[in-house]
Amino acid sequence: MNIHEYQARDILARHGVPVPPGIVATTPEEAEAAATQFGGTVVVKAQVHAGGRGKAGGVKLARSAAEARTHAERILGMTIKGLVVRRVLIAPAEEIASEAYVGIVVDRASRRPVFMVSREGGIDIEEVAARNPGAIRRQPVDPRYGLLPFEAYTLATALYDGLPQQRACARILRQLYTAFIESGASLAEINPLVTTPDGEVKALDAKFNIDDNELDRRTQVAALRDVDAEPPAERMAREAGLSFIKLEGNIGAVVNGAGLAMATMDLIKYYGGEPANFLDIGGSSNPEKVVNALRIITADPAVRVICFNIFGGITRCDDVANGIVTAMGMIDIRVPLVIRLTGTNEAQALEILARAGYTATTSMDEVVQKAVELAGGQGR
Amino acid sequence: MAIFIDRDTRLIVQGITGRDGSFHTHQMIEYGTQVVAGVTPGKGGQFFDGPGGRRVPVFDTVDRAVVETGGNAAIVYVPPLFAADAIMEAAAAGVGLVVGITEGIPVLDMARACAWVADHGVRLVGANCPGLLSPGLSKVGILPGTIARPGNVGVVSRSGTLTYEVVFQLSRAGLGQSTCVGIGGDPINGTSFIDCLAAFEADTDTLAVVLIGEIGGTDEQQAAAFVSANMTKPVVGFIAGQTAPPGRRMGHAGAIISGSAGTAAEKVEAFHANGIAVARRPSDLVGLVQAAL
Repeated sequence: MNIHEYQARDILARHGVPVPPGIVATTPEEAEAAATQFGGTVVVKAQVHAGGRGKAGGVKLARSAAEARTHAERILGMTIKGLVVRRVLIAPAEEIASEAYVGIVVDRASRRPVFMVSREGGIDIEEVAARNPGAIRRQPVDPRYGLLPFEAYTLATALYDGLPQQRACARILRQLYTAFIESGASLAEINPLVTTPDGEVKALDAKFNIDDNELDRRTQVAALRDVDAEPPAERMAREAGLSFIKLEGNIGAVVNGAGLAMATMDLIKYYGGEPANFLDIGGSSNPEKVVNALRIITADPAVRVICFNIFGGITRCDDVANGIVTAMGMIDIRVPLVIRLTGTNEAQALEILARAGYTATTSMDEVVQKAVELAGGQGR
Repeated sequence: MAIFIDRDTRLIVQGITGRDGSFHTHQMIEYGTQVVAGVTPGKGGQFFDGPGGRRVPVFDTVDRAVVETGGNAAIVYVPPLFAADAIMEAAAAGVGLVVGITEGIPVLDMARACAWVADHGVRLVGANCPGLLSPGLSKVGILPGTIARPGNVGVVSRSGTLTYEVVFQLSRAGLGQSTCVGIGGDPINGTSFIDCLAAFEADTDTLAVVLIGEIGGTDEQQAAAFVSANMTKPVVGFIAGQTAPPGRRMGHAGAIISGSAGTAAEKVEAFHANGIAVARRPSDLVGLVQAAL
């Protein structure tokens, strides 16, 4: 789950990290009032779950409250990478002497959280990693001990030369680690971590990604979810316990299992078609899931055909067949269905489908080829 | 022979009285797995009724189960927020193998659990995996036993149903398997592709290996380098997620392209560069294995 910059700044502030004040505004009037409160010279920042906000024109410096209002008028409602901006953060403009990057991410290879720090702040860390990997200092953290004081100080010495800044930075790194663990994050970064001309160290911008698997035990963090930031179909899928991602094609796919779902998308492409979605209905044979899956897929007007690819292992094919028949009785589906069912209770499943007037195959290649043909035949 | 599990595997089922645990315990006993004990806190002293009138004793703790029954492996069907603790409990109790089936364990819990099992010298497979199947010998997991047949192909995969698909097609073509291992779809898991490849290389019954990878991380790239440096047996591969968009999690917590890293294309390239034939469709794996043998 992504959270907004202003929410990430709140988390940091609660853990003691020095963060300049900020006010969230949803209207130009609120933005103007907030700017007045900060004395006029402020930054107006779009709050969306997308990188590259600055390049997209979503971050502007205002010299007066009136100018802040003008910026907010333009930024609110603008679309950045397909996401509509509904909030802006108003923060006093800071004088900056230096910009650094500090972040922590769960590293798959070392199976640990790993800190990354760099003197090159204010830009995307991936860009630094690609251009100048030597500029990034890494420190794996043993999750049983946390970030040790000497580790934090060693990292800080890679960023700052003066002892006061090194000490302030080491403290911030340990606070960031605690914030990362306590919010159940998979990534937490401060970018930039700045020094002011008088030597203070502060977090100007922050980004947290939360591990979805943590949300059941962290209700306060779960409450930070911005449902407006999710495409409606994906929200519906999440609430129905389905894993769904919208794509650009016209062949809807309903598959059990994530790996098989990806392989099905790839096979659609292999045979010259374009998948309309990734959808994993999981291991359960609950007809409700099939109904929800079909609702979500048919809501996309681009979909010309729906392709079922079910490998019955623990999932019983007859249960899925019953789910399909039930679903077809409950919702009006105007596109053709092609079905592949193989595995546990396959014969019963084919019989159930035949009685309801559907034919099914047992081959994945065959069903996908059929789907591609049908999609092409209907004006793709 | 086979890898990780065989006829001598004496299995303890953690969460044996739960919905998934009891269903799959039935299936495993039917397959012929020696299930020697179950663990559910508060239900010690009871018995689990398996198929064919077999009664499996239930204990409150894994430690008790090991002491009383000599179990040497454990499988975890415990809900996600308690599963990492269950994995660590099994490792501390002295079993040699722990298989985590549970999906949805927080990644930081897994970071701690992996460090713990490494300290105890225990092999952890998973979590978020279908487990292991050594056809005709033992099944520790949820793979459907009917699709596999004994043979000489080792199968290792990050996926569940895609593995079933491949195993099913191999079996139908007469290509039986030595062991099928699902290592799981999470970003942090206990056993890597390399661990499995090394075990297959050492296993006299395995003559070729099918490696099924997917987008996210670099485990496949490391596996490819390992194959060309250390393996004499042929390895063929498949990568799922050629059409996956970057930055989106494709069902599995670990199946995500981060920035430009972890794409299917770079994994396929690493396979090719290290002499691993890559199937463009799952059904092409059969021909590649036949050609390799």
